[in-house]
Amino acid sequence: MNNKNAFLHEISLDLLCVHSNLVPNHNPIMNTLVCISHVPDTTAKINFTANGTSLDPSGVQFVINPYDEFGLTKALHLKEAQGGTITVINVGPAITEPTLRKALAIGADKAVRIDADPMDAITVAKELKNHIQVNSYDLIICGQESIDYNGQQVPAMIAAMLHLPFANACVGLSIQNGTATATSEIDGGHATYEAALPMVIGGKKGLVEEKDLRIPNMRGIMSARTKPLEVVASSETGGLTSPVVFEKPPGKAEVKIVDSENVDELVRLLHEEAKAI
Amino acid sequence: MSILVFVEDWNGVYKKASFEAVGYAKSWASMIDAKVVAVTSTQAPAAELGGYGADHCIQIELGQTAMGIAGQLEALSSSASGVVIAGTSLGRSVAPALAALKDAALSTNTISLPLGTAPFQIKRGAFSSKSIETIELSGASPIISFVPNSIGIKVTSGEGAVETQEISSLELLKVIGTEVASGKVALPEAEAVVSGGRGLKGPENWGIIEELAEVLGAATACSKPVSDIGWRPHSEHVGQTGIQVNPNLYIAIGISGAIQHLAGVSASKTIVVVNTDPEAPFFKAADYGIVGDAFEVVPKLVNALRAFKAAS
Ligand SMILES: Cc1cc2nc3c(=O)[nH]c(=O)nc-3n(C[C@H](O)[C@H](O)[C@H](O)COP(=O)(O)OP(=O)(O)OC[C@H]3O[C@@H](n4cnc5c(N)ncnc54)[C@H](O)[C@@H]3O)c2cc1C
Ligand SMILES: Nc1ncnc2c1ncn2[C@@H]1O[C@H](COP(=O)(O)O)[C@@H](O)[C@H]1O
Repeated sequence: MNNKNAFLHEISLDLLCVHSNLVPNHNPIMNTLVCISHVPDTTAKINFTANGTSLDPSGVQFVINPYDEFGLTKALHLKEAQGGTITVINVGPAITEPTLRKALAIGADKAVRIDADPMDAITVAKELKNHIQVNSYDLIICGQESIDYNGQQVPAMIAAMLHLPFANACVGLSIQNGTATATSEIDGGHATYEAALPMVIGGKKGLVEEKDLRIPNMRGIMSARTKPLEVVASSETGGLTSPVVFEKPPGKAEVKIVDSENVDELVRLLHEEAKAI
Repeated sequence: MSILVFVEDWNGVYKKASFEAVGYAKSWASMIDAKVVAVTSTQAPAAELGGYGADHCIQIELGQTAMGIAGQLEALSSSASGVVIAGTSLGRSVAPALAALKDAALSTNTISLPLGTAPFQIKRGAFSSKSIETIELSGASPIISFVPNSIGIKVTSGEGAVETQEISSLELLKVIGTEVASGKVALPEAEAVVSGGRGLKGPENWGIIEELAEVLGAATACSKPVSDIGWRPHSEHVGQTGIQVNPNLYIAIGISGAIQHLAGVSASKTIVVVNTDPEAPFFKAADYGIVGDAFEVVPKLVNALRAFKAAS
């Protein structure tokens, strides 16, 4: 949407709110929390510190976790449809702030950083739970997975800790009068669920389409500078899992090239050598 | 002492990953001299689990959703020395929910058996297959969710005693429908995967991919742009931002092998690449390669495989 349209859109939303009693099925406004993890760009070369105990961040570009970008855009769509506020949150040290600023530039209203260097997902989930308990949100959107540690843990943990409904691998979400309908990928197909808000989502592509993803424009970047980014002290210590060492996966042996005129040879190799068929 | 293992079925038929999970629990249990307690639905053939290492099978009316099941497992695992859950799509929701309810250490994406139990360490995949991480889990009852097909199924034996219990489940979601494609091999469960990329030029050309998948009993998959343009459904998209697969055999046809694609497939045991471009990066990650046109190579490969199947 260009700026002029965005402006008109805001006006029409205002009108909608004023006359909301005239509009059937007008949904209540939504306060959405989008949990953002700060991860190496998908093309980053991954290296570790000399003793192999942590990621070497030098030369690594950090970005909003790709799964969370879909969630953030979904939150924007919901806000545009029915009003409300979008808060983005990260549990992490100060170096994650540019990632939160980027989320503000994309359109979130405010950002919260819980100042911690969490050791594991359960500690992240506890910090987020503590925040959610004292703030009221109608919807908590996480990504299905962070592409750094590939945990797939935080969203289900938050939901379990708060006894909230949870839809993982969520590829579709609609909200009508405080009831959410969520479609999730399950092995070999899909399931559709209904729940009363608030609920927790572990989202992915499908929540919105790739073409709908927003990138920050100039106006967004300017306004992000003045939007609130609140830093909150951490309330949890310790953790239950700790990294011992990181290694690179063993390298592959040189590829065996088989002549395209001789596919029988490939079948033989797959059977006798690889034992794959 | 016991290791609890969640055994998943689909309409009463066990998932292959469930047998692998029981075997995982058996290996772990034998390190600490514990029994394997399998939790399974009342519809499933519990006695079968003895053959994979279960000593005791508890049949319950399983909850309908991950949260419901996690609550049931919490009740059943209060005195267990550990819990094993296969990383299927259901397992990947159940395991973290259970960890939160029990406040227990959890390892997801696990690719090894316990390296030792005191301290308790395992290996897991991190940074989208660009790294293997060894982690230590503390506490009395660690939870392991492993990548299906990373450990393998072992046939051993357990006592296999079966008992039925009643444990209610608290559901927070209402399931209004499920649809699962029948007759097709589900991607995360597949032992072989045939995957197509933009090199196939259009959805009308997927016949050769499907034919090859059929002779191999394989699931079909695709690269991200292929699902983005709508040639194939999103649920077939593999890679860093799609499904991660770990089959015995992955055949990539007309896929360049971008780093984000490799992140989701490089854990496959054997990788075959068919590509016209000898410089395609995928060849560096492959075990076997054919430099050639998919439209010529794949039909020939289908015929050769049919002949092989007929002869063996
Ligand atoms: C944030 C982010 C996340 C991403 N996540 C993923 C992901 O999860 N999964 C994923 O797949 N990609 C992902 N990508 C995209 C990735 O970078 C590549 O663009 C994509 O994998 C390329 O798809 P492709 O190989 O099908 O197409 P192309 O790169 O266009 O390659 C087509 C290949 O086909 C070959 N070819 C052409 N004609 C023939 C023929 N007749 N026979 C045989 N070979 C032929 C060509 O030589 C070429 O190598 C992601 C990108 C970003 C930025
Ligand atoms: N440090 C963090 N701060 C805020 N949200 C997080 C953090 N880590 C994970 N999340 C959220 O949880 C989702 C799944 O992450 P994970 O469980 O780490 O794979 C991410 O997509 C985020 O939405």
